[in-house]
Amino acid sequence: MQLKPGSRLRSTTCDTQVVVVRGTGDLPVTCGGAPMVAADAAPTDAGTPAAGHDGGTLLGKRYEDADGALEVLVVKPGAGSLGLGEALLAVKAAKQLPASD
Amino acid sequence: MDLTMLLEMAVSGEPGRVAVGSLADGTSYAELDRVARRIGARLAETGSERVALLDLNSEVTPLLLFGCAAAGLPLAPMSFRLTDEQLAAAAERLAPVTVVAGADFAHRIAEHPGVTVLPADELLAHGTAPGAAPDLVPGDPDRAAVLLATSGTTGTPKDAVLRHRHLASYIIGSVEFWAAGADEAILVSVPNYHVAGITSVLSSVYSGRRLVMLPQFSAEAWVETAAREQVTHAMVVPTMLGRVLDVLEGTGERLPALRHLSYGGGRMPLPTIERALGLLPHVGFVNAYGLTETSSTIAVLGPQDHRDAVLSDDPEARLRLGSVGRPLPTLELEIRDADGGVVTDGASGEVVVRGEQISGEYRTHSVLDADGWYHTRDRGRLDPGGFLFVEGRVDDVIVRGGENLSPGEIEDVLLEHPGVVEAAVVGVPDTEWGERVEVAVVRRPDTELSSEELQEWVRVRLRSAKVPARVHWREALPYSETGKLLRRVLVSELSQ
Repeated sequence: MQLKPGSRLRSTTCDTQVVVVRGTGDLPVTCGGAPMVAADAAPTDAGTPAAGHDGGTLLGKRYEDADGALEVLVVKPGAGSLGLGEALLAVKAAKQLPASD
Repeated sequence: MDLTMLLEMAVSGEPGRVAVGSLADGTSYAELDRVARRIGARLAETGSERVALLDLNSEVTPLLLFGCAAAGLPLAPMSFRLTDEQLAAAAERLAPVTVVAGADFAHRIAEHPGVTVLPADELLAHGTAPGAAPDLVPGDPDRAAVLLATSGTTGTPKDAVLRHRHLASYIIGSVEFWAAGADEAILVSVPNYHVAGITSVLSSVYSGRRLVMLPQFSAEAWVETAAREQVTHAMVVPTMLGRVLDVLEGTGERLPALRHLSYGGGRMPLPTIERALGLLPHVGFVNAYGLTETSSTIAVLGPQDHRDAVLSDDPEARLRLGSVGRPLPTLELEIRDADGGVVTDGASGEVVVRGEQISGEYRTHSVLDADGWYHTRDRGRLDPGGFLFVEGRVDDVIVRGGENLSPGEIEDVLLEHPGVVEAAVVGVPDTEWGERVEVAVVRRPDTELSSEELQEWVRVRLRSAKVPARVHWREALPYSETGKLLRRVLVSELSQ
């Protein structure tokens, strides 16, 4: 699916929804082992998260791939795990910036 | 990725936590969301293309910000300090517009085709009435979210455009979701027509920090509210901090709940920040640098940076108390010379910046260059540690006999003199030198201080080219309502 920062996606295996923070182009983003779809796409059901892709997502956490090609923000949590192709995305460390306004 | 998403996430996180107001009877995130959506639906019915806000700060500010986002309409906060004539011109620029006006301000806007006045209390009553909230339709991130009039310090107002993607990128990139404890509260005293008045609301909602809105700044009200509401966080502009410190010194109040005080929006005199560090040792200080066109903060000097600078034996590190810290990791920042080349040797040049949060756009045109860089017109330099020192506006540099002099450097030295309260250095046209250095000074009322003494003070600390040719004694210096020194006003007065 063609993505750009701001694209909003939803899982077909759980309640997870994400918004793309970094990443542009045709990126195979998955959740629960199945491809994610545009948030406003017609409902589809790919069943439940596959084994190994069922670690769950956390609200407000950012996830990224090892190469830094993709970063997404979880805006709705769910039971599936996020992935890019075969690889799972990892939670990005919390920001250490002090509040400035 | 629009602003409604930030509130939607907060509601998913902990709907019952208080978002705005007092712990006892404030508005929860769920209620903020419900009322904002109802307000959005009411605003969408107006047929206006833009919504203006003309009021002091109250819970209407966050409600309207998210209500406009839900309606897909840009919010344009207006300054109540404008004259009636300026207000009429501002409304005309925004037409077709609905002006949401507070009770004390509604009479100042004349209704005519294209300009509709909607009393804030009427809109609030509609929003808070029982009933369901309409569904949210995710909006295009490219829509304009906020329009902020910026005249800098020079004059003609321009409406800067901050799109949903700019503001959302800024918040997501710099704030950790729901990182605030349930006991945290921020006192918002910056007016809603200042970029920090808007980003304060967004940052706080996203981090889960309760908003306490101060209708209008006065140092007494600020201190009283901070104490009463157990405020933990606040942001002030330089002129506010000085006055707050006066009140704290006078009353003995030390605000034990306060943990975190950020300042920005203008140059902070070093003696003021040193006084603040001494008076409030339990508080972490944050210096933030940013512009309206950059969606607020682009560089930040954090609490540890402040402590490191104060405690260091290294003169270079001590100087960092006067810096604005390091650029945010989410953006690129460079210093460019007059020919556009990147400065890498620590010399001064123009600060340029690029990133997702950078707008650099007005309703009439974008000023981003072909590669997406925004030229701030601020002059600055980076030290070897990557700390940014902002020296003033590029246009304020004094060119004396072909030499560039930074007013800020001379002002810093003047402000270190115990008899000087405020100082503004400007370049005045000079037949021999092109420009000569002059200074307007507010001195401490109980001190005897002569021009010669002050000139000698500068001579021994800097060098003769930087010594003001003339000292003008003033009762007060001209500031904009948001605390920016109006240097142009001084230059034209002193050039008479």
